[in-house]
Amino acid sequence: MAESIHLEVVTPSGPIVSDDVDIVSAPGYGGDFGVLANHAPFLSTIKIGSLIYKKDGRDNYLMVSGGFCEVSNNKITFLVESAEAGQQIDVDRALRAKERAEKRLAEAKTQAEKINTTRAQAALQRAIARLKVAEKQPK
Amino acid sequence: MPSLKDVKTKIAGVKKTAQITKAMNMVSSARLRGAQLKMEAFRPYAGKFDEALRTISGNMKSGEFALMQSREVKTVEILIVTSDRGLCGSFNSNIIKMAERLMKKYEAAGKKVTLVCVGKKANRYFRKTGKVREKHVDIMGNFQMFNARAIAQDVAANFIAGGSDEVQLVFGSFKSIARQLPKTTHFLPVKSVAAEEGAAVETKQAGDYIYEPSPEEIMEVLLPLYTNVMVYNAMLEVGASEHAARMTAMDNATKACKDIISNLTMVYNKARQSAITGELMDIVGGAEALKG
Repeated sequence: MAESIHLEVVTPSGPIVSDDVDIVSAPGYGGDFGVLANHAPFLSTIKIGSLIYKKDGRDNYLMVSGGFCEVSNNKITFLVESAEAGQQIDVDRALRAKERAEKRLAEAKTQAEKINTTRAQAALQRAIARLKVAEKQPK
Repeated sequence: MPSLKDVKTKIAGVKKTAQITKAMNMVSSARLRGAQLKMEAFRPYAGKFDEALRTISGNMKSGEFALMQSREVKTVEILIVTSDRGLCGSFNSNIIKMAERLMKKYEAAGKKVTLVCVGKKANRYFRKTGKVREKHVDIMGNFQMFNARAIAQDVAANFIAGGSDEVQLVFGSFKSIARQLPKTTHFLPVKSVAAEEGAAVETKQAGDYIYEPSPEEIMEVLLPLYTNVMVYNAMLEVGASEHAARMTAMDNATKACKDIISNLTMVYNKARQSAITGELMDIVGGAEALKG
């Protein structure tokens, strides 16, 4: 059996995942990166996107929002503002959120409200990430 | 001697008060459980966060970042976190007292003090001083990270813009269900690990890390997040402390009500007895008179 790495995903509302896994792939600052067992110490910021980890030949998808991740001593820790497993994502809600954010972005051009635009953009990104994760997660 | 009817109404009134305080006690204990769970859930995040910040900040010069810049202190901002609601004993007034002492101390040293109040109670007390720069009320009920973020961002932006040179955080820390203490912690500028605990602390293999992007850029992301974590933590602790304090206060109130009821019942019985005695005397006296 291949060596494994300990994955921990921690959010302000509690730990989400704590498990030994084979490989982790996450949306880092400079694009997606993969981490295998015994990776060198590593620190990166995390963008909104999907975190994928493989355990026992099965892919698991998580939607993560901004934060950062640390790799050391064969342990990978994600500190993110929120994380949701693929199975738990409410697709209808994400779709509605996406529509809402898109509408706001379209309207913001006329109102030129900067703060709301950034917020709507972040909401849109989160909604898209959620949908992607929900879609990919094998049932 | 109070009249029978007066005492009876009073007993009924106190009984109703006892019912309310009892209910508030139970509501608080239920809410406390929720708040405590949230606090416990947040702890690993805060702990890990601290760890990571230490790893990075260990080998970095603190002067480089806006949030770590220490300058000559002319204006001190005090961020006060209290609850929105009262009826929780001396919990809020203890925090307010501590903040006020701190304010006086800084003012005595010739520094300007501005306040940021989180929670209605702090705002209500300090608003007449005219020193409140910003207030955030009615947000203590639901603990949301974005509330904490808005506060942290506002305070940090003011600090960077030079509106304050130092920020202190005063809140009610949760020691146990029976003990909540007001606490002051240094908030801004963020002190690096070395400055905090002396250079003796070994910064764990900080140099060996691969950083993506550069350590400096990570710090730029991490530091504002760190302020969020501090504010959120304070809000969670105040939330839990508030409910714990209210539980104790309401328990005491219920007990006090029971004491009053038993005293009043005694008064009522005595008054009734003397009324009966009086009536009997009348009857006996009347009978005697008829016998004549």
